[in-house]
Amino acid sequence: MNTLPQLDPARLSLGLAALLFAIGVAGVLFRRNAIVLFMCIELMLNAVNLAFVALSRSIDISGQVFVFFVMTVAAAEAAVGLALVIAIFRHAETVDMKHFTLLRW
Amino acid sequence: MEHQFEPTLLWAIALLPLLGFIGNGITAFIAPGRKVIPTLLGPGVVGLAFVIAGLNFLGLRGAELHEPIVQSYWQWMPVGSLSIDAAFQLDQLSLLMALVVTGVGFLIHVFSVGYMHDDAGYARYFSYLNLFVFFMVVLVLGASYPVMFVGWEGVGLCSYLLIGFWFRDREKADAGKKAFIVNRIGDFGFLVAMLLLFSNLGALDFATVFAAAPAAFPYGGAVVTALTLFLFLGATGKSAQIPLYIWLPDAMAGPTPVSALIHAATMVTAGVYMVARSSVLFALAPVSMIVVAGVGAFTALFAATIGLIQYDIKKVLAYSTVSQLGYMLIGVGTGAYAAGIFHLMTHAFFKALLFLGSGAVIHAMHHAYHATHSHEDAQDMRNMGGLRHYLPKTWIFMWIATLAIAGVWPFAGFFSKDEIIWQAAARAVGPFANWFRVYWLLALAAAMLTAFYMTRLMIMTFHGTNRTGEQERRHLHEAPAVMWVPLAVLAGLSVVGGWLNVPQAIKELPVLGWIPSTEWVHEWLHPQLVAADEIIATHVGEATHQAPLGGGEAFWALLSFALATAVILASAAWLRRRRVLPARDSAEPRGFASVLYHKWYVDEIYDLIVVRPVLAVSRFCWRIIDQGLIDGVVNGAGFSARAFGWVGAQLQTGQLNTYAFAAVLGVLLLLGFVIF
Amino acid sequence: MNDLVTNFPLAQLLWWLFAALAVGGALGTITRRNPVASLLFLVLTFFSLAAIYVLLGAHFIAAVQVIVYAGAILVLFLFVIMLLNLGHDYASDLRGGLWIVAAFGAAGLIGFAIWRAFRTTNAVLETGAGVHLDAQVDTLNAVGAIAQPLFQRFLVPFELTSILLLIAIIGAVLLAKRRV
Repeated sequence: MNTLPQLDPARLSLGLAALLFAIGVAGVLFRRNAIVLFMCIELMLNAVNLAFVALSRSIDISGQVFVFFVMTVAAAEAAVGLALVIAIFRHAETVDMKHFTLLRW
Repeated sequence: MEHQFEPTLLWAIALLPLLGFIGNGITAFIAPGRKVIPTLLGPGVVGLAFVIAGLNFLGLRGAELHEPIVQSYWQWMPVGSLSIDAAFQLDQLSLLMALVVTGVGFLIHVFSVGYMHDDAGYARYFSYLNLFVFFMVVLVLGASYPVMFVGWEGVGLCSYLLIGFWFRDREKADAGKKAFIVNRIGDFGFLVAMLLLFSNLGALDFATVFAAAPAAFPYGGAVVTALTLFLFLGATGKSAQIPLYIWLPDAMAGPTPVSALIHAATMVTAGVYMVARSSVLFALAPVSMIVVAGVGAFTALFAATIGLIQYDIKKVLAYSTVSQLGYMLIGVGTGAYAAGIFHLMTHAFFKALLFLGSGAVIHAMHHAYHATHSHEDAQDMRNMGGLRHYLPKTWIFMWIATLAIAGVWPFAGFFSKDEIIWQAAARAVGPFANWFRVYWLLALAAAMLTAFYMTRLMIMTFHGTNRTGEQERRHLHEAPAVMWVPLAVLAGLSVVGGWLNVPQAIKELPVLGWIPSTEWVHEWLHPQLVAADEIIATHVGEATHQAPLGGGEAFWALLSFALATAVILASAAWLRRRRVLPARDSAEPRGFASVLYHKWYVDEIYDLIVVRPVLAVSRFCWRIIDQGLIDGVVNGAGFSARAFGWVGAQLQTGQLNTYAFAAVLGVLLLLGFVIF
Repeated sequence: MNDLVTNFPLAQLLWWLFAALAVGGALGTITRRNPVASLLFLVLTFFSLAAIYVLLGAHFIAAVQVIVYAGAILVLFLFVIMLLNLGHDYASDLRGGLWIVAAFGAAGLIGFAIWRAFRTTNAVLETGAGVHLDAQVDTLNAVGAIAQPLFQRFLVPFELTSILLLIAIIGAVLLAKRRV
């Protein structure tokens, strides 16, 4: 039955989660659009969710409960983050982060 | 007639001038123009101090005092095993010095009232002068080396303040600095000597040191020799001897009464006093005594040669002072401490008289030039001549002083100087006899030169035709009474001062001997010097009664009198026929005279071998070490911090991606640690 | 369920399909210059993930993924993009040159590190607890299987999330309002 144990979808999903997370990181590193940055963060959060779900099959259902919490945090984060984007857009007429170097010396 | 002697108000001798300093100092700050307070307070406190010293003298005269009376006022420096008290010591030696300091000081204060009357810094002048007398009294009355050192430093400070009294003149301010710095070298010696004393004896007060020294130090030992040589280094600074004499001629930049008081009569004799006070230590170190007497003899001759050719009246007197101080050191260096102190005393009289007389001359010359707005040098003897018609009293007093310093019987200098010269010969016994014979010859030669340059000074200043100028001549006038009365007193002292100590031998002479022989100074100081005399008598031997070339004391006294008189008469006859041109018409001296005129180029040599290397080293330390190395390190630290900051600042782009990248790198690092 | 996941070849095929869609969507998200296009690619990724959740037997999560993520959060994104009128006249915001190399290098390293980290948990994965989970879902059905731990074991964190959401709402309103 288990002719290809390495191809178990749960185990494969962990690899997929790593890949998606890496793509999200790459996006954060080389995009400057604040909204796209948020999307990349959502992408990373989803990669984590996938890992939780995959692992919940092997360990415990509480992995899925964690996904639930992550989604809540993601929703809150998106709401506040997008409100911030609106605020800075009002201020500078742009969401390109290259114009926001307030932390500079 | 033995009875217990109690000092009268010993502390007041020092305190009165200090009060005068405070009073005059306050006046100088609050009302510098007021002349009444300084006029009364300045001379008054010194006069009172003299009266108190005189009372003590009268009390002590009838008493038998073998040990010094020490009065301790408070504990000054209790440090571990060492306890130094602020204490004064009254004995025959310190009282004699205090009398000279306050007595001559009082006369000079009175003279200053006239001399400085028109000066803007009148109150300041008297406050400095009072402060000087205070420190000088502390110096001579101090009961331990540290207390003496306080006075020693204090008189140096006052000397500096008074040389640079007209400090707006750069040259005069520099002269003050020179005196101060050269004296520092001597003070270093004094300090080292004190430390050596403390490390060897554990005490610094005179009574303990002199009592313990003969037992603690072997005769001629290395420690006591080094100790006394360091002490003598201090003496060469204060008493202006080779190699540190160079400050004294420059010190003539101060007001002339200051030159009389500080740089002739009192402060410069501090070195002689200190050697005499430390007689026990010096007696234990025969090598040091050779050095002291040798430096004194050589300085006496050397300074006299320079004095031969100088034109500035005060410069001649300055070199004469250096020369006479050399005599005093021959005295204390040969072990004839009483003779040295005796010459110190008579020299205070006649040299103060000479300086004050020259002050009267300069005062008159200055007024004459001032009246015609001329800028000629009021101190240059080439501009004088024939002044005896204008300053007759000063002329007489100056001749008395000249005869005294030249050693003409019966003036004071004859007795004291002849005593020293004779002692140099008489002490030519023991292992170092030949040295003393050489010193004896040097001293004799210097005596001849003294007679010559003093006659030259008198002839150029008071005789011949007047060279001051047609316009100025009408303004020349005799000094006021407040100035010539002190001169008269000093002249009287210069005449009779020598009779205090007429040697037994003189009395045997048919012509000179009518003055009663007393040897009073010897007897008076004997309790203080007996310890040293005993040491010398034990180890070296008794003095002889035969000069190296044969003949006794009386013979040589007569001979030196005859020589001095002959030199004065011959040089007077010769110089009166020479034409002297005013300063502006004169040519520079040529040949050997030029070498003497430029003081053997000693200042230039010192400049080359001392000042310039020190400046070079200082400049090296400043430019290379301080500015280059130390500032470089400090600035480099600051610069590297800034550079690191700049590099760090470049990382702070403010760009979100950069920070994210840094965070990612951090995560990678952590993951790397966790996984691999 | 167990059979569907492990033994059914079609399920494996579907997994590969949705995995490919998810990765493609993710790459599209980060490479599209137009934020609207990025967002649509992200929606594609999220839907694919929902499908993979189904394949992994997490039906309830799959439904929430579609409703909350794709439906609510991403629509919120879309609203903001439209509100700010970012859909056209957009300037490129991609960083070029070395930054791309560095970004993908660092991201690749992170992905590799995570993958390695998961591989070390293989021993855990071998326990076969998944069978137990499927049984649980069978008896309590998909919602009940999650609801039971959520309202019992994780009740306090669950309540805290409601406070978190409330704070987020207030914060968002405060930030986005022109005048307070």
